[in-house]
Amino acid sequence: MLAYVVRRLLVAIPTILLLVIASFFLMHTAPGGPFTSERPLPPAVLANIQAQYGLDQPLWKQLWDYLYNIVVHFDFGPSFVQKDRSVNDIIARGFPISLTYGTLSFLAASLVGVALGIAAAIRHNTWLDYFAVSLGIAAQALPNFIMGPILILTFTLWLGLLPGGGWNGGQWEYLIMPVIALSTSYMGNIARITRSSMLEILNSNFIRTARAKGLPTRSIIWRHAMKPTLLPVVSYLGPVFVYVLTGSVFVDLYFSTGGLGQSYVSSALTRDYAVLLGVTILYGALTVVVNLLTDLAYAWFDPKIRY
Amino acid sequence: MFGKSEKAAELAADVTDFNAIRGRSLFRDAMDRFLRNKAAMASVVVLLLIIAFVLFGPLFAQYSNEEIDWARMGDIKGMGAPSLETGHYFGLDELGRDLFARTIQATRTSLLVGLIGAGMALIVGTAWGVIAGYYGGRLDSVMMRFVDIMLAIPLTLILILILVIAGRNFVTLFVALGAVSWLTMSRIVRGQTLTLKTREFIEAARAGGVSETGIIFRHILPNLIGVVIVYASLLVPEMILAESFISFLGLGISEPMTSLGRLIAEGAGTMNYGTLWQLLFPLFFYVTIIITMFFIGDGLRDALDPKDR
Repeated sequence: MLAYVVRRLLVAIPTILLLVIASFFLMHTAPGGPFTSERPLPPAVLANIQAQYGLDQPLWKQLWDYLYNIVVHFDFGPSFVQKDRSVNDIIARGFPISLTYGTLSFLAASLVGVALGIAAAIRHNTWLDYFAVSLGIAAQALPNFIMGPILILTFTLWLGLLPGGGWNGGQWEYLIMPVIALSTSYMGNIARITRSSMLEILNSNFIRTARAKGLPTRSIIWRHAMKPTLLPVVSYLGPVFVYVLTGSVFVDLYFSTGGLGQSYVSSALTRDYAVLLGVTILYGALTVVVNLLTDLAYAWFDPKIRY
Repeated sequence: MFGKSEKAAELAADVTDFNAIRGRSLFRDAMDRFLRNKAAMASVVVLLLIIAFVLFGPLFAQYSNEEIDWARMGDIKGMGAPSLETGHYFGLDELGRDLFARTIQATRTSLLVGLIGAGMALIVGTAWGVIAGYYGGRLDSVMMRFVDIMLAIPLTLILILILVIAGRNFVTLFVALGAVSWLTMSRIVRGQTLTLKTREFIEAARAGGVSETGIIFRHILPNLIGVVIVYASLLVPEMILAESFISFLGLGISEPMTSLGRLIAEGAGTMNYGTLWQLLFPLFFYVTIIITMFFIGDGLRDALDPKDR
């Protein structure tokens, strides 16, 4: 097990490195940049600005400096557009916000989804089951960017119950809609996966044996059916986390939470490559780590897996 | 010995009787299963209606999707509501353009995006997976490691990155969608190829002297079709979703072209002003397309992959 963890970590490092290098070159080969405007700057001024940001150096030197600063100082450099702020500042300001409701959405999606899926499987063909199935189908068509407008329309414009956006230090009223918008579609998917997995398990031989020897239903479900049911769910959690990350780009923008996604989109529009690169690397690294955790959880859930 | 014999003649007649019952092909079986699936068939009908709407809708449109109705644009809430009299069946958008024409154009874009994105995934993913799986060895590990690394990056972010760097137009959009969509497909195809490769009929083909390319094209690919079609059909709504997401953020294709995500974003922006139709019409088409595609994909999986039921 330990050897496996070490090996996976050793693969994760070049993965992140490759991600950094690839995005770095992509951005630097792109035509235009943050300093191209409708009225071109005088060449001398442009040269000065480029020297300021180290853009006059050869590309490999820039890459080396960039990597060196990240690894040694954990410094992603200055923003090209927001003059007096560094990428670190921008991330430090926005990321905690995105992380807060991202984590809440992730938890809501997995806990409620699993509970609903299991309840639906146990009460097969009742209204609860039908509810879970329809949520699973609706989830396909209600991604975060559809849920957002619908929620605001209902809760803010018609009922006037919740604030339509903002953050306000993370008060609960401001958290509800982002979390619902972000989690609904994954909740539906998780419920669907859990339900079909649980139904399959409940029809398998070892459950029949457990029933035959007279175990109470509760202990059959908790002691025997739970772990194998959750296997496919666990392998879906990794992707869900990634979706929550990218979905947060939308939530930040739409609910004006001030999270990292807002900076991501605005830096994409103003070609602030430093911020774009920093956020991409951060999200990529997070994804690699979460995938690793998912695989480890998978190993814990399924003792048949050997490394 | 070879003289005329009644028995032999009878036998010969039997052998040359071509009216014997023909075997049912797997494809025919799958077809029957699909036709019996009510949800999938209903979805096919609805989807065909939407396609007909895209194809023939322009014949009924009174305005083009770029034309601004100057007479009504001052009071969109009052005069721009959907009505048969004014010829704006779906009303006006916030700039006074005919929403009917724009919805047709957006629906067409979204359908195209879904089909082309899934199609590119199908071609690239299958080729990549078959080559990696069939030739195996070091080539396989290099190719699959690459896929692993790509999969470890949030794909929507890559999509945004590509669109920002290469410019926002139709071609880049399709290339970008294709670039991110084939990864999972290649993994599935590789796995299937690995199991197929060791089967007896492949061995027999090799023993019979069929060339490598012959084996891949004649024996491996036909056996992959089921899995590939199922996965591609599930990819279509995913592609539409991804494009709409990006368009919603304002990073997708640009005016005067539009897509459903873009229209929904515009409608969501103006829902405060009492012009709800601007949100509801595109939303209706979007949700319908996604749900029907989902049912069709599900039906195809049931039909082509019976062991999964």
